[in-house]
Amino acid sequence: MNFLQKVFSRERPAVEDTRPTAPGATYPFNLNSLPRGLTVARMSDIGRQRERNEDCFVALDITLHNDDGLTPLGLYIVADGMGGHQKGEIASSVAAQVSARHVIQDVFLPFLSGHDQENPHRPINEALIQAVQSANLAVYQQAPEAGTTLTVALVFGHKVYVAHVGDSRAYIFNQATLHQITHDHSLVARLVELGQATPEEVLTHTHRNVLYRAIGQGNSLEVDTYLKSFPVGSYLLLCSDGLWGMVSDTEIAQILTHAPTPQKAVEQLVAAANQNGGEDNITAVLVFIGES
Amino acid sequence: METLHLQMANEPEDTSTGLDEAILPQGAILQGRYEVIQVLGLGGMGAVYQARDLRFTGVARLCALKEMTNTTPDPQMRRMAIEIFEREANILASLNHPAIPKIYDYFTEGIRSYLVLECIDGENLENLLSKTEEMFSPNVVVDWGIQICDVLSYLHSQDPPIVFRDMKPSNVMLRSGNQIVLIDFGIARVFEAEQKGTMIGTEGYSPPEQYRGTSNPKGDIYALGATLHHLLTRRDPRLEPPFTFQEEPPRLLNPAVSEQLNAVVMKSLQYDPEKRFASAEEMKAALAQCLRKKSKEPTGIAVDSPSPMVTRHIELEAADLPADTTAGPVSRDAGVLPVWEFKCEDEVRSSPVVAGGTVYVGAYDNNLYALDAQSGNFRWKYPTEGGIASTPSVWKDRVLIGSEDQVLYAISCAMGRILWTCPTQGRIRSSARVEFEHAFFGSDDYRLYAVNAQTGRMVWRFEATGPIRSTPAVGNEIVYIGSEDHHLYAVDLQTGNQKWKFRANRAITSSPAVSDGLVIFGSSDWNVYALDERSGWTIWRTRTNQAVISSPRVVEGIVYVGSADGYLYALDAGSGRQLWKFDAGSQIVSNPAVSADAAYFGTIGGDVISVYIKSGKERWRFKTGGLVASSPFVYEGMVYIGSADHKVYALPA
Repeated sequence: MNFLQKVFSRERPAVEDTRPTAPGATYPFNLNSLPRGLTVARMSDIGRQRERNEDCFVALDITLHNDDGLTPLGLYIVADGMGGHQKGEIASSVAAQVSARHVIQDVFLPFLSGHDQENPHRPINEALIQAVQSANLAVYQQAPEAGTTLTVALVFGHKVYVAHVGDSRAYIFNQATLHQITHDHSLVARLVELGQATPEEVLTHTHRNVLYRAIGQGNSLEVDTYLKSFPVGSYLLLCSDGLWGMVSDTEIAQILTHAPTPQKAVEQLVAAANQNGGEDNITAVLVFIGES
Repeated sequence: METLHLQMANEPEDTSTGLDEAILPQGAILQGRYEVIQVLGLGGMGAVYQARDLRFTGVARLCALKEMTNTTPDPQMRRMAIEIFEREANILASLNHPAIPKIYDYFTEGIRSYLVLECIDGENLENLLSKTEEMFSPNVVVDWGIQICDVLSYLHSQDPPIVFRDMKPSNVMLRSGNQIVLIDFGIARVFEAEQKGTMIGTEGYSPPEQYRGTSNPKGDIYALGATLHHLLTRRDPRLEPPFTFQEEPPRLLNPAVSEQLNAVVMKSLQYDPEKRFASAEEMKAALAQCLRKKSKEPTGIAVDSPSPMVTRHIELEAADLPADTTAGPVSRDAGVLPVWEFKCEDEVRSSPVVAGGTVYVGAYDNNLYALDAQSGNFRWKYPTEGGIASTPSVWKDRVLIGSEDQVLYAISCAMGRILWTCPTQGRIRSSARVEFEHAFFGSDDYRLYAVNAQTGRMVWRFEATGPIRSTPAVGNEIVYIGSEDHHLYAVDLQTGNQKWKFRANRAITSSPAVSDGLVIFGSSDWNVYALDERSGWTIWRTRTNQAVISSPRVVEGIVYVGSADGYLYALDAGSGRQLWKFDAGSQIVSNPAVSADAAYFGTIGGDVISVYIKSGKERWRFKTGGLVASSPFVYEGMVYIGSADHKVYALPA
C-alpha cells in the first residue's frame, strides 16, 4: 500500500500534505540525521498545458573537508525560456550552460586550487554578473528571437549569492517562513510597487506574463545581485513561474515544513502546481543546508 | 479576390505566421478600386499600404490602406469584432481636425478588414529619432507637444470623449511645415487576440492604470508625457523598467531642458492620474508658458547654467549674511552654528569620543583632552610625549590612546591619571579596539598588538610587513586589520596566528567594518572591498576615483564611505552597488558617522557636512577654519568633530 501511494503520489491531491502549519512547526525529520553540508533535490516537469518543456536547470556542488572544517560550495541555476519554434529551450539551456561554465571557471576552480595570494581571484559578485552577461550575449547570438529568465545561486559557506534576471525566483525558507530573495522583472511586479495592482492580483493579472528584462534581448543587460545568509537548517528554493504562479507562498511553506525529505518536498511542490492547473512548465531546485 | 491571399510579395523572414499574414503584392486590387503601390509599414495586426484609388481616373489619388487581420477563430466573435470595427470607423469618419487623417472608406474581405485613410506624406517621430543623433531642440519638442495637446483636447471633447490610448512617437507623423498628424487610432485593437505565454517587452508609454483596463483622457496625458520624455532625452522607455520616469526627469538626462519644461513633463507623468494635468488643454497652456519664457532669452537657445545675473545675486546675499561680520566661523547655512567650540594648541586630527557625558579627544599639541559634552568646559588633559592622531577608545573606567611617542596609554576617565602604558617601536596612528577585555591596536613598527585592557600586559603580537595605521575590527573570534603593506590580515583572536590575508593593490589605511559575515574596507588603490569573513574571498569591490582612506560605516545593509575623489558613497552591502554618491567638493578622509536619517563627515576643504541617508542630498554644511580629517561622533543630538583650525566643535545634529 505504501508502495502504491508512492507510485501515485504525483496524482494524489496535494491537500493531504498541506495541513495548516502549527506555530513553531519543526521539520518532521531530525536535522542531525541529514548529511552535513548541502542536500539537493531537483525536478522539472512539463506541466499540464504545454507541449514542450522550455525550463532548464543546473545543480552542482562540491564539499571540501579540511582542517578549517567543512566548506560547501554549490551552484544552482534555473532558466525559463520563451519564444517560438523551440527557441525557448535553446535560450534556457544556452543561458544555463554558459553561466555555469563561467562560474566553474571563476569560482569553483580557484576554490579547488586554494588561496593564491599573488593572483587574487575575481570577486564573487563580479564573477556572477559576468556569468549572466556572457549568457546574455550567447543567447542573443544563438537564439536572437528567443529569450529566457536566468537565476544563478552560488552557495558558499553559510551564504548564498544570487544573480538574477527575469521572473524565476529564489527563496530562502527558514523557521517555517518563506522569504523571496529575488525581485521579478515583470510589468505586474512594477504595478504592485506603484500600488496599481495588489500582490494577490499578480497571479491572475492579464499581463502577468510580461517581462521587462530578460536574457538575450540585446548587448547590454542590467543584472540584479543579492547576498543572503543561509543558516543551518534552512532551504534555498529556486523555481520557475510554473511553480510560484500555481502554488501560493503559503502552500509552498506548508509543503516544505511537512515533507519528510527534500526530494519528497520537490515532488510535492511539482504535484501541487499540476494539481492547481499546471499551466506552465514547473521547475524546482531545493537545497537543504545541514551542519558544517 | 480570394486568390490575393495566396500571393505573397515577399515571404517575411522567420515569423510564426502562415498565410494569414501574407503581404499583398504590388498591383493587387482590393474592392475593385484600390491598387496597392507599396508597403509603408508592418504592424502587429497587418500591413499598411500605399494605394491608388482607381475610381479617380484623371489624377493619381493616393491613399493609405490599413490592414487588420481578424484572427479570432469563433465566427460569432469575429462578426462582433467587425461590427465594433465598423462602428469605431464611423465615429472617426465624423472627426474633423488637421492633425487627424481623414477616413475615406472601410471594408472587410475575408479575415481582413481595411481602413482607407488620407495619405500622409512625412515621417513618424520614432523614425526621426532613429535617423538622428543630436538632441532635438526643446523648443521644437514643445511645439510638437502643443500641437498634440490640441488634437487630444479635440478628441477628449467629443461626446462621448475619444481616448487615443496609444500615444507614442511611432504614432505621430510629422509632415511638411512641422505639422503633427496622429495616426493609428487604436481601433485595430478590436482584433487583438489575447496572447499566451511569457512575453518580453512592455509598451513603455502607457500609464499604469491602463493595465487595469481603464482608459481615460488622463491616460493620454501620461502617454504624451512619456512621448515628450523620450523625444527630449532619447531614453527609450521600452528599454527601461516600466514606470521609471519619476526616477529620471528629462533635465537630468538633457540639461538643455528648462526647469519649467521639466516640471510640465514630470507632472504629466505622475503615476497617480489625479496628480496629472486635469486636461490636455491645461497641459497645452503649461507647455505654451515654457515657450514664452524661452523667447525672452536673448539667444533663443536653451541655456543650462544659471545666467551670470542670478549667480551674482546669490553671492551678494551670502556676503550680506551677518555671520560674516562677526569673528566666529562662517557657516553657509545660517541654521548651523556650533553649540560650543574648544580651542586646543594645535591641529585636531583625532576623532572625539563621548562617554559618560565627557568628550575625549587628542590633539597634535600632545594632549588628550577631556571636555564636558554639554558645555565644552575643560575637565582635564593628559600630556603625552608626541602628537595624537589616533582616536581615543573608552573601556569601563579608562580611556586608551596611542601617541606619536610610540606608546599606548590607559588613562583614568575620572582624574586623567595614567593607569598603564604599552610601549611599541613605532608611532601609533591606529586606534585601539577593545573586545573581550583586550585592546587590539597597530603601530608603525608593523605590529598588531593584543593587550589585556585591565593590566596592559601584552598577550600576543602579530607581525605584518608594513606600518599598521588602520584600526582593527573584531568579528567572530577573528581580528581584521589593514596595513600599509597592501594587505588585510585576519588574525586569530586567541593566538595571534594569521587565518588568511588579502592583497589589495595599494595600502589599506581605512579601518575594516564587519557586517553580516563581510569585512568591508577601502584601499589607496581606489576600491572599496567586501571579503567573506571566514575565508577572505572577495565578494565584491567597487571602484571610486581616488584613494579610499575613509573607513566605511555600515548601517542597515548600507555602506557609507568617503573617497579622496570628493564623494561620499552609499553602497549596497550585499552587492557593492552604488545607491547614491554625494559630491562634497573636496577630498574625504574622515570616517562618516550615521545617526537617524543623516550621515556626517568632514572634508579636507574644511567643511563638516550632513546629508540625508535616504536621498544623498545635503542637509547642512558647516565651515571650519582648517582641514577636517577628524571623524564625527554623534551623541544625543550633537555632532562632535575636530579641525586643523585647532578647534573641537559641538554642532547640533
